[in-house]
Amino acid sequence: MSQKTTLKVNGKTVTREIAPDRLLVQFLREDLALTGTHVGCDTSQCGACTVHVNGRAVKSCNVLAVQLNGAEITTIEGLAAANGELHPMQAAFKECHGLQCGFCTPGMVMSAVDLVQHHGCGSEAQIREGLEGNFCRCTGYQNIVRAVQLGAQGMK
Amino acid sequence: MNAPQQGLIGQSVRRREDARFLTGRGQYTDDIVLPRQTFAYFLRSPYAHARIKSINTAAAKAASGVLDVYTGEHFRSIGGLPCGWLINSLDGSPMKEPKHPILADGKVRYVGDQLALVVAESYAEAKAAAQLIEVDYEDLSPVVDAAAAKGAPASVHDEAPDNVCYTWGCGDKAATDAVFASAPHITKLEFRNNRLIPNAIEPRAANASYNPGDESWTLYVANQNPHVERLLMCAFVLGIPEHKVRVVAPDVGGGFGSKIFLYAEETALTWASKQLGRPIKWTAERSESFLSDAHGRDHATVAELATDRDGHFLAMRVHTTANLGAYLSTFASSVPTILYATLLAGQYTTPKIYAEVTGVFTNTAPVDAYRGAGRPEATYVVERLVETAAHELGLDPAEIRRRNFIHSFPYATPVGLTYDTGDYDATLNGVIELADVAGYPARKAVSEAKGLKRGIGYSTYIEACGLAPSNIAGALGARAGLFEAGEVRVHPTGKVTIFTGSHSHGQGHETTFAQVVADKLGIPIDDVDIQHGDTGKVLFGMGTYGSRSLSVGGTAIVKAVDKVIAKGKKIAAHLLEAADTDIEFENGVFKVAGTDKSVPFASVSLTAYVPHNYPLDKLEPGLNENAFYDPTNFTYPAGSYVCEVEVDPATGQVRVDRFSAVDDFGNIVNPMIVEGQVQGGIAQGIGQALLEHGIYDVESGQLLTGSYMDYAMPRADDLPSFQIRTAKGTPCTHNPLGVKGCGEAGAIGSPPAVINAICNAIGVKDVPMPATPHAVWQAIQASR
Repeated sequence: MSQKTTLKVNGKTVTREIAPDRLLVQFLREDLALTGTHVGCDTSQCGACTVHVNGRAVKSCNVLAVQLNGAEITTIEGLAAANGELHPMQAAFKECHGLQCGFCTPGMVMSAVDLVQHHGCGSEAQIREGLEGNFCRCTGYQNIVRAVQLGAQGMK
Repeated sequence: MNAPQQGLIGQSVRRREDARFLTGRGQYTDDIVLPRQTFAYFLRSPYAHARIKSINTAAAKAASGVLDVYTGEHFRSIGGLPCGWLINSLDGSPMKEPKHPILADGKVRYVGDQLALVVAESYAEAKAAAQLIEVDYEDLSPVVDAAAAKGAPASVHDEAPDNVCYTWGCGDKAATDAVFASAPHITKLEFRNNRLIPNAIEPRAANASYNPGDESWTLYVANQNPHVERLLMCAFVLGIPEHKVRVVAPDVGGGFGSKIFLYAEETALTWASKQLGRPIKWTAERSESFLSDAHGRDHATVAELATDRDGHFLAMRVHTTANLGAYLSTFASSVPTILYATLLAGQYTTPKIYAEVTGVFTNTAPVDAYRGAGRPEATYVVERLVETAAHELGLDPAEIRRRNFIHSFPYATPVGLTYDTGDYDATLNGVIELADVAGYPARKAVSEAKGLKRGIGYSTYIEACGLAPSNIAGALGARAGLFEAGEVRVHPTGKVTIFTGSHSHGQGHETTFAQVVADKLGIPIDDVDIQHGDTGKVLFGMGTYGSRSLSVGGTAIVKAVDKVIAKGKKIAAHLLEAADTDIEFENGVFKVAGTDKSVPFASVSLTAYVPHNYPLDKLEPGLNENAFYDPTNFTYPAGSYVCEVEVDPATGQVRVDRFSAVDDFGNIVNPMIVEGQVQGGIAQGIGQALLEHGIYDVESGQLLTGSYMDYAMPRADDLPSFQIRTAKGTPCTHNPLGVKGCGEAGAIGSPPAVINAICNAIGVKDVPMPATPHAVWQAIQASR
């Protein structure tokens, strides 16, 4: 039994009939064609699907879309400014070579933004602990840590 | 960037591809939805080894949304998945090549073996319907452990009753045995090189469609070499016309080797898309990736090093049993042989080497190339032996290496390779400085004051990259060429599109290759576009693996650029009314030597396409050149790594405190990208040494590490920051860029450095990989 659900996704209000078993990530990718949010596992371990729900990082494979009536969702597509200027964290990932294949990147950036917004920049150890929920197989994380440090400066 | 760009080589240009990845505009295979899309689910075996007595698909076919269900019988008359490298046994007989069916037929041979394909209007319907398929299995006892496979009671394949695919040898056995018979000192180790599961974060995916209008297929697939994929699928499996199949590998989310291979899933989809007349999409769930991606490593090895009392190496002898899994994957046979034993000389002048490898079938997932592919296993053998010998002989681990380093090049090893260049003292001395080895005693004292054990370990690795000279590879059993192709299409306005057979799945080719072309042509980098990964656009390609993209693919592009410049000179000579031989090309300008007469690149390109004032009697219009480059030798990246660990003796917990790497990749185009490759490689190597292990239950053949809950992928807080130096080394002597390749080095060099450091810390001869707290704690207890 579908449920009428209204969400604000990247600033736009969306009202849809959504099946109760539909995951947020399915709703974003398949119904809204926001394919920047990725699926890398089926046990909510990898973090590639991380988006912001009401300003907090959430693994979108682990929440049902119908649970989020009235919520504000930001995906990687909605992070940059309307004029296309990259968010400081996006710019920092580019500057620090914090990405290679790009698949984990949207989730990593969304987690990093949440980490800095709620915990500040922190030490290298704190950043590494804060990103523990996001796998990257390409970079060895070193440049991601540098990117978070640089991005945090830009977010001040 | 509007200025001409000569001098771009060697600059850390920020990556051009990042903009789309950082804004969610990348396009990976699963992002693609085609009109009238259908979805596939593969039913996989829950048994490691079982006879399929019957399959009843009637209920599944009748289920909601289901379009059709296919099983092994549909593919019985179609070829199996081919193996691309023939290995002959010592007795001259060819390796055993049992058929690798697209869907299991008669028997299932590992947990995850695919035996039915369900296609439905939605993925959920396909998956639900698959649960309605009734399979009557006769459970057979499985063969799991490589060391016990030879002659086990059960046979994985009837064609190989003793489960042996081949027994292969390399080097001079008699001469090596003779040295060992009278050697003053022998260091012997027996160990496993642990099975790894590649885990690119993008799961494998494919989307196949058939167009009856022109009888053509299009396959989108997460793959590292789309032309090879197409060739193997068309010529060896499905028997469909190669020129009517377009394979597109769009943005690909990491490969590490696991996306080189032709897999059953995309082959089945391509076939079924014509049966159904609709596009079919499949994306692996992570659980499927664990079960069905080709795994890596999994060797059982006995290795010996004979030395004199001063630590000079006299001979090396290695016996390895390599687990090939249930079927031969695309390059499975070559990884533990050609890519392994030929590297056992390492950086040393060891005069006699003999290696014998038994490749065995087991009821586990196929094993094939994973980052480094044979070379990490060889480096682990060499560098564990060398370090252990140093400790046994009371020598400094750096000193024993120096005493045996190769100093004269070219150097022909006793295992078939000829190193063109290197400077192993330079990288070793460099890493000793970078790692502050001089400060190690003080750091050790600090650790001990905290009740922790500190250890230091070295690794001086070599690899053979830039795969490969086709004639040499062919003589060694390769069934494919290993050149690369590139095309330079100069547009009338002087903009340039490059088509390369290399494939980027994280390596940053869109930046590095553009730097090379912009530098050579003296044009702005923004005037250069790099296209790859589409057989409909790129003339041909062997793809990306074996750290070959820049050295082989880049060289093909350079050769094509040279042709463009040569033709441009002829056009310029006509425009400037000079002789061809008097034209020089520099900074994007053609000029008559010794004069101020010149014409810019864009004017020449425009003239080529608007040939009003043009030597049409002797020159074709247009400015578009391609080149195929087949290397004359492998490249030999090498380096020195130092690892320092702290071990908690109460728990066995290991912490990598410092990791330093000095690599010699020859010339470097983009240092930022190269360092990123090394960082990622080291992370995977530390993962192998400390965390990762693909474990099958030896009784049932069930994969015990089938999810991220069980398989310990390195997380951000498992790793330190590394100190990496990739300063200018010794340029490769046989490609015009002087480059050697950097993609695999970190994964090759790092595992022995970590294990050497742990052994040093706790004072034992060996600890197994992965050195989990449990394993290390046990090693500590056993040594008391």
